[in-house]
Amino acid sequence: MKIVALVKHVPDATAERTFDDADHTTDRTGVDGLLSELDEYAIESALTVADGGDAEVVALTMGPSGAADAIKKALQMGADSGVHISDDALHGSDAPATARVLAAALRRIGDVDLVLTGMASTDGGMSVVPAMLAEHLDLAHVGFVGEFSVDDGTVRCRRDGDTASESVEAALPAIVSVTDQINEPRYPSFKGIMAAKKKPVETLSLADLDIDPSTVGLAAATSVVDEVTKRPERTQGEIVTDEGDGGTRLVEYLAAQKFV
Amino acid sequence: MTAAQPTAGVSPLDLLGVDHLLGEDERDIQDTVRRFVDDRVRPHLADWYESGLDGGAARELAREAGALGLMGMHLDGYGCAGTNAVSYGLACMELEAGDSGVRSLVSVQGSLAMYAIRTFGSEEQKQRWLPGMAEGSLIGCFGLTEPDFGSNPAGMRTRARRDGDDWVLDGTKMWITNGSIADVAVVWARIEDPADGDGQGAVRGFLVPAGTPGFTAGEVTRKLSLRASVTSELVLDGVRLPADAVLPEVASLRGPLSCLNEARFGITFGALGAARDCLHTAVDYARSREVFDRPLASFQLTQAKLADMTLELQKGFLLAMHLGRLKDAGDVEPRQVSLGKLNNVREALDIARECRTILGASGITLEYPALRHANNLESVLTYEGTSEVHQLVVGQALTGESAFT
Ligand SMILES: Cc1cc2nc3c(=O)[nH]c(=O)nc-3n(C[C@H](O)[C@H](O)[C@H](O)COP(=O)(O)OP(=O)(O)OC[C@H]3O[C@@H](n4cnc5c(N)ncnc54)[C@H](O)[C@@H]3O)c2cc1C
Repeated sequence: MKIVALVKHVPDATAERTFDDADHTTDRTGVDGLLSELDEYAIESALTVADGGDAEVVALTMGPSGAADAIKKALQMGADSGVHISDDALHGSDAPATARVLAAALRRIGDVDLVLTGMASTDGGMSVVPAMLAEHLDLAHVGFVGEFSVDDGTVRCRRDGDTASESVEAALPAIVSVTDQINEPRYPSFKGIMAAKKKPVETLSLADLDIDPSTVGLAAATSVVDEVTKRPERTQGEIVTDEGDGGTRLVEYLAAQKFV
Repeated sequence: MTAAQPTAGVSPLDLLGVDHLLGEDERDIQDTVRRFVDDRVRPHLADWYESGLDGGAARELAREAGALGLMGMHLDGYGCAGTNAVSYGLACMELEAGDSGVRSLVSVQGSLAMYAIRTFGSEEQKQRWLPGMAEGSLIGCFGLTEPDFGSNPAGMRTRARRDGDDWVLDGTKMWITNGSIADVAVVWARIEDPADGDGQGAVRGFLVPAGTPGFTAGEVTRKLSLRASVTSELVLDGVRLPADAVLPEVASLRGPLSCLNEARFGITFGALGAARDCLHTAVDYARSREVFDRPLASFQLTQAKLADMTLELQKGFLLAMHLGRLKDAGDVEPRQVSLGKLNNVREALDIARECRTILGASGITLEYPALRHANNLESVLTYEGTSEVHQLVVGQALTGESAFT
């Protein structure tokens, strides 16, 4: 069985993140990047399936050269190999283009039984790529999965909604997006860290995937960012000194903010 | 008012950029342990310190550490990760940035108990014990010190005598880390009768499984230091062991002393972790605490303290790295490790105490790590050779005169 975990390299969410002045894309200079935390759950899910049987785990990423770090982390955790799609023309690609490129890579990897993804990326946070990918590949997609098992060519999932959980089955191959409740991702073990460097990583360009560079990247994006505004500095807050009317003033405040 | 940011681009405590001395694997291992400590250790530290580390929590911690590869990480084979010595040092540093007790659990397991079995054990002993110990599912301890013999282990009174093929052990070991939670104790004893082999006064190591009749371990309570670590007394009262319980490859004090040298090396890095955690806290605190209407950090006296402490921390790290590179090249001398342990633990303790002053009254609580680390470092100053003993080692190297007795 072949499992592909999709991984994304994102700017560290704990650092201050900015947009590039020229084209309003995420500014990656001067910010540490790391494997999107939500993707660690997908890798862990893939490794759990592999631990329980005979499965090969491939980590797939699309991103600039630094994204190799996301692959490295997946390999350190225990994935068997990595595929890194890296091409200058990809800069500024939107979700539809990303999905198209990843679909081409998955076709090229071939014989994939299960694609696992996180429930969102911690930078973009749109959660649309897996579903788009499923359309391109004509596969079932199950999202918000809090638990799943693979058995006999079928993946059985518990999809967690706000008010109820559903049981959903799909025939393999399928795409499953897992939540951050599904497991506790393992730390890379020291053996894993030392072994990772010896594992194969294939780097693919758009040409390798037969994709016309003019159909991806910022220029081909279906939406355009016209303007970005910095979130206002957090203000000091307002201190209400209770002079007998504290309760009333709190309610007035909440009403003014349209909370009540 | 918002304080000015420290110089951008440098990790505030690494002004020298000593981080550049590390290779990629070393850095990744360090990062992993740091994250492990932040996620799995730090949230429990105040509780472990307040109530003592109980056996259940210690076992779970050992298993988690084992899964990472921390147990016996610098040893080869038998399930051990087989990292280099520098990586082991860095892991100790990150663990001790959490708590010296947690680092002690790992050093005793890897550098004392597992190292003794790996280096001096038979193939059967290695197969029986090491894989489980590397996993953290089995815990080991190392019994050398006795109630009346600490700095002078040569005076030990624990005796081993032959009875048929068996060995019989009698004696008491004191201050033994992991003692009452251990599945196996490495116990050092003197051979009573020269006829029992190896000549007069040989010191042999024995593997004593928990539960062996006559062997009991009682926990030392009411400690003011290293509370997140189990410390025990081992009593051996006519403990009968089969012939194959003895470690075959060493018959002198060189055995336990070479184990101690391994652990000491880790402490040279480890103590700096505790100091770094204190300093980090003190810098943050000084920048946000206002005294006399100004940030505490803006006073020259505070800056002098912070500058001096940072300098000692960085010098200590360079010293530790130097020893680590020597060790990885295969030729670190015990007296060189003595220099490292002497300096780095002493300076770490000074830093912890000085940071406590910056924290004021807050510094005496478990909300902040400084006094917890300082109290822990009192143990670290004493075990693995006291500072005085290391001064004597260095003094002897310089003068040729032994001043131990
Ligand atoms: C928390 C903790 C955990 C420990 N874990 C272990 C363990 O797992 N296994 C183990 O075997 N031991 C362990 N020890 C014991 C430790 O190694 C000893 O405490 C240490 O060797 C010192 O021995 P002592 O306490 O008997 O002090 P002593 O040897 O009695 O020393 C008392 C003082 O006299 C000084 N002194 C001694 N000799 C000289 C001299 N010749 N000249 C000048 N000054 C001298 C010492 O430096 C010290 O200041 C642990 C100790 C602690 C506190």
